[in-house]
Amino acid sequence: MKFGAVVAVAVLLATACGSTNTTTGTKHRVPPTANMKPLDKVGAGEGALNLIAWEGYVDDSWKKPFQDATGCQVHAQYAGSSDEMVSLMQNGGGGQWDMVSASGDADLRLIYGGDVKPMNDKLIPDFGSFQTYFKNPGYNTIDGIHYGISLQWGPNVLLYNTNKFKIAPTSWSAVYDPANKGVVTAYDYPITIADAALYLSKSQPSLGIKDPYELTKKQFDATVALLMTQRQLIKKYWPSASEEISMFQNGDAFIGAAWPYQTIQLKAAGAPVADTIPSEGATGWGDTWMLATKAPHPNCAYLWTQYVSTPKIQAEQALFFGETPVNSKACAEMEAQSAGSCAQYHANEPGTYIDTIHFWKTPETTCADGSENCIPYDQWVSAWTTIKG
Amino acid sequence: MAVEAVRRPRPKGGGAVPFAALFWRLPWLRSLLLLTPPLAWFVVIYFASLVLLLITAFWTTDPFTTQVVQVWNTNNFERIVNEPVYRDIVGRTVLLAALVTLTDAVLAFPFAYYMARVASRRVQTLLFAAVLLPLWASYLARVYAWILILNHSGLLNWSLQSIGLPPANIGYTNIAMWVVFSYIWLPFMIIPTYAALERVPESLIEASADLGARRWRTIRDIVLPLALPGVVAGSIFTFSLTLGDYITPVLVGGAGSTFIGNVVFSNIGIANNIPFAAALSTIPVAIMAVYLFIAQRLGAFEAL
Repeated sequence: MKFGAVVAVAVLLATACGSTNTTTGTKHRVPPTANMKPLDKVGAGEGALNLIAWEGYVDDSWKKPFQDATGCQVHAQYAGSSDEMVSLMQNGGGGQWDMVSASGDADLRLIYGGDVKPMNDKLIPDFGSFQTYFKNPGYNTIDGIHYGISLQWGPNVLLYNTNKFKIAPTSWSAVYDPANKGVVTAYDYPITIADAALYLSKSQPSLGIKDPYELTKKQFDATVALLMTQRQLIKKYWPSASEEISMFQNGDAFIGAAWPYQTIQLKAAGAPVADTIPSEGATGWGDTWMLATKAPHPNCAYLWTQYVSTPKIQAEQALFFGETPVNSKACAEMEAQSAGSCAQYHANEPGTYIDTIHFWKTPETTCADGSENCIPYDQWVSAWTTIKG
Repeated sequence: MAVEAVRRPRPKGGGAVPFAALFWRLPWLRSLLLLTPPLAWFVVIYFASLVLLLITAFWTTDPFTTQVVQVWNTNNFERIVNEPVYRDIVGRTVLLAALVTLTDAVLAFPFAYYMARVASRRVQTLLFAAVLLPLWASYLARVYAWILILNHSGLLNWSLQSIGLPPANIGYTNIAMWVVFSYIWLPFMIIPTYAALERVPESLIEASADLGARRWRTIRDIVLPLALPGVVAGSIFTFSLTLGDYITPVLVGGAGSTFIGNVVFSNIGIANNIPFAAALSTIPVAIMAVYLFIAQRLGAFEAL
């Protein structure tokens, strides 16, 4: 049964790609659900809502009021990684889940896998006050169709020990500098390759890297080579935020890429650290609530999306998790809940700040120019194994 | 047995308890019924999953959507053989598993010998409790305790510096992994070694002494060979547990500490490339098959 379904999907995909290739002439792929019409208006809730979410994204403090107001009983399944979310959505034929809070590196896989379908932004009253970038980010919006509504985001900053670095580093070159041998750390995840690609896009313009997630063979090999050299400097690749925090606390690492969450935790614990977004810019993540293709409770799903987009809930979640709301009106709410938090989480930054962030997205074979020369994600994963050794 | 059973006189009024009579006449039927549930469990759960694993290893995935594509090929195995990084990882895993086994054998033998043959009953009980006590604590708690000892500002460096020695920065290295693994699996080596040593007959040792052999000669020629199956049995645990572990490398390992288990984990958890993970998983299965064959030859299964 299940095997049959997998094969059927594979065949469907293959034919779908084939037909678009031959008809349009370009290699531009059209998501399988692109023609599905989203709801025009939100009806009464169906009484239940099944979510796949990052831990902490469906906290009781904002889940309970939602349930009381709408009658939609929320059942949340927590997933530990983007890939777990993809496999939960893909396995079992779908149909048991309504929404998933996927990160940018999972979104395109879900969109092109046909696991999620278009959403109508007109049904989300707060959509208008979203920061401009998060209305149509490339990781959840294709050809103007939204395959989900942006939720929260955060940059991957350069964290450093202020006792060891009296002058704030201004470039990512610090994490590739042999002078820092044995005190560097980096996130243990294939998407880290994009950090190195971003650095190379500025330090070696001759490579011609425009987008750190769209790398040709030559660009990719140069990036991997840089990371292989960097490995000699790495004390340890951090597998979770808490590992990196303890490494900075214990003096095992002095510099490395981090999330703002780590900086906030370390500062709260009195550690001498600061973070910065270096001159090259930074990578970052953006999370999206996406609607499953076979969602059994679409009205509750829209009610939930409306609810989590409001400034109050945006602020609550941002403070709870340590990330930045996409709703520009959430800043005042954050200040009301915890003074100074709006600036701390960069929620008040202008669009130019967000433009320096290159948000995670799934690397695919198709480059932006339509050529098929880019290195897809599965090769990023195997390269990451090679880099770590 | 069967023939014997048929020759016996039929019980009177056997019709009243037909099944009992049937089982009595056909003892193999009884055994069959008794063994079917565990055998079925073994075949379905264990054997079938291994076969599925092996079959999956010959499939591949769609590179973009990561869905499994059921096309027969040996690409996964070719990748493992051709890419040097996988040879390094397999080599590192096996080498460390062997080192940990050797370390534990060397540490466990004198301890188990003392427990089995020297200590008083009371001390023996105390030592037993001491060996088993760490197993009460969570695996993670014990690994994290070692991180606290080995890290830069940890107990080890603090102790070294307070007696005027330079710090030993072994936190987040392969040496740290070796230390932690050896500690964690030590009880699994001590207990079978102890069991084997306790079974060495006192009379043989006395006979050896009567024939003029000194203490070391007796240990080398009598005790060691008789205890070897126990040590080999223990080594099955230490070797296979290290071979399959992927948590300690994540927590205590540094850059260049990847184990087979970590690659399997990242291919399932991150890449969703289950066929490649399956292909990699066959390596420890094959290594353990060879190991168990050798262990069986050395009589380890009689010692368990």
